[in-house]
Amino acid sequence: MKRELTLPIDEAAARELRVGDILYVTGQLFTARDEAHHVMLEAHARGEDLPFDPSRMALFHCGPVVRKAGDGWEVIAAGPTTSVRMELFEDRFLEAFRPPIVIGKGGMGDRTQAALEMVGAVYTHYTGGAGALAAGRIKRVEAVYWLEELGMPEAAWIFDARDFGPLLVTMDSAGGNLYKQLEPTIAENLKAIHARIEEG
Amino acid sequence: MKAAEVKGALVEAMRIAATQLPADVVGALRAARQRETSELGAAQLDAILENVDIASTGSIPMCQDTGIQTFFVEAGAGNPFLKEIVGWLEAAVIEATEAIPLRPNTVDPFSGANPGDNTGRFMPFVNWELTDGDDVVITVLPKGGGSENMSTVKMLPPGVGLKGIQKAVVDHIVACQGKPCPPTIVGVGIGGGADIALKLGKKAVLRPIGSAHPEAVVASFERDLLELINRTGVGPMGVGGATTSLAVHVEYAHRHPASLPLGILIQCWADRRAHVRLAADGTIEVS
Repeated sequence: MKRELTLPIDEAAARELRVGDILYVTGQLFTARDEAHHVMLEAHARGEDLPFDPSRMALFHCGPVVRKAGDGWEVIAAGPTTSVRMELFEDRFLEAFRPPIVIGKGGMGDRTQAALEMVGAVYTHYTGGAGALAAGRIKRVEAVYWLEELGMPEAAWIFDARDFGPLLVTMDSAGGNLYKQLEPTIAENLKAIHARIEEG
Repeated sequence: MKAAEVKGALVEAMRIAATQLPADVVGALRAARQRETSELGAAQLDAILENVDIASTGSIPMCQDTGIQTFFVEAGAGNPFLKEIVGWLEAAVIEATEAIPLRPNTVDPFSGANPGDNTGRFMPFVNWELTDGDDVVITVLPKGGGSENMSTVKMLPPGVGLKGIQKAVVDHIVACQGKPCPPTIVGVGIGGGADIALKLGKKAVLRPIGSAHPEAVVASFERDLLELINRTGVGPMGVGGATTSLAVHVEYAHRHPASLPLGILIQCWADRRAHVRLAADGTIEVS
């Protein structure tokens, strides 16, 4: 089902989203890859407040290309990065910061799935490499944090996005998981392929 | 004088590579869209094709991961500029990072520092091949991290034979799922040694889609393996569908009797490449 969402959304609204839904999101996104996850979790462990409120935004696994434009920034390309790298700490991150939507590519593991179910959030897949398409839907760079320490790809960029999508929900808060749904078919296909190779 | 001209040509080639997907790749993606029966897979291909158009029209990078700048240099032994090329490549990468722009992607593994200009120890990386003649042909390959992370080498027992190679490649493609941004181009390097197999795989990726290996047996192996990969159902971006790979390209070397090295080099759909030809008389062509 195609859904247009305006952030922030509450937990109840996020819990309604299901695998197969295609989202177009308007509102704030914050980027975080490995390093920003670390920095934010460390700040949280020290009991420090963040300079922004991640629970009102979508978490975007992205290391963008941005360019200085006057006093601000211009986004050149901003597609998703491979999400599974963040599997190491995404469950703790979701519990600590509660973003209702995660945007990335390639899917994530069981620990993240359990955290999505607990906090009421979804993982969405954005077409990998579609960096130019994504940049066109980002209207403004609102802020950037930890740019000096982490560099352009790893910093936390706050984007103001409009109709950001198509975001395909592939993991939901009710235990739905598109990758797991595909697994039996692919395993069966693989068995048939092996048999075919054996026959020569 | 010559330095500035060659640097300009190299920056232009890096711009072409980052922003214009080669026609053979666009054609293969369109054909895949025509064939696609999965609705979710078709939506991924539509987004890719729209993205490719936006990048090309606006001359902006098609993917935010503009890669590690890798060069393959076919160096004609008689070319008078050989000694200067490495310096020109580095200068061109620094300029291209600013001008296109490219994402600064080189990180010191020990300190974590990013110099911000895509250079560093052994970066940009240059693969040299000495050739007859006087021309130098430089191929630009901006290789993304997501697909490179899915590349691997397997040292197979020779007894598994060609069937064992086919199984290992298909198993690997299934294990990768959507992570390397399929539909991919799969470079298969066979023989030589562990490092050689991977390098052959990377070289194989440079071939245009639709080109077959000049040896009939190898060409037929490529066709069969592509068909097997596309029976997996992994599909575009791993969401399911008919096209998991656009092409399989094989390169091989003779092997040690005790070894069957298999390099599997995965290239994402953004199969970006461009060329600069530098003739001995100083003529420069960019394509």
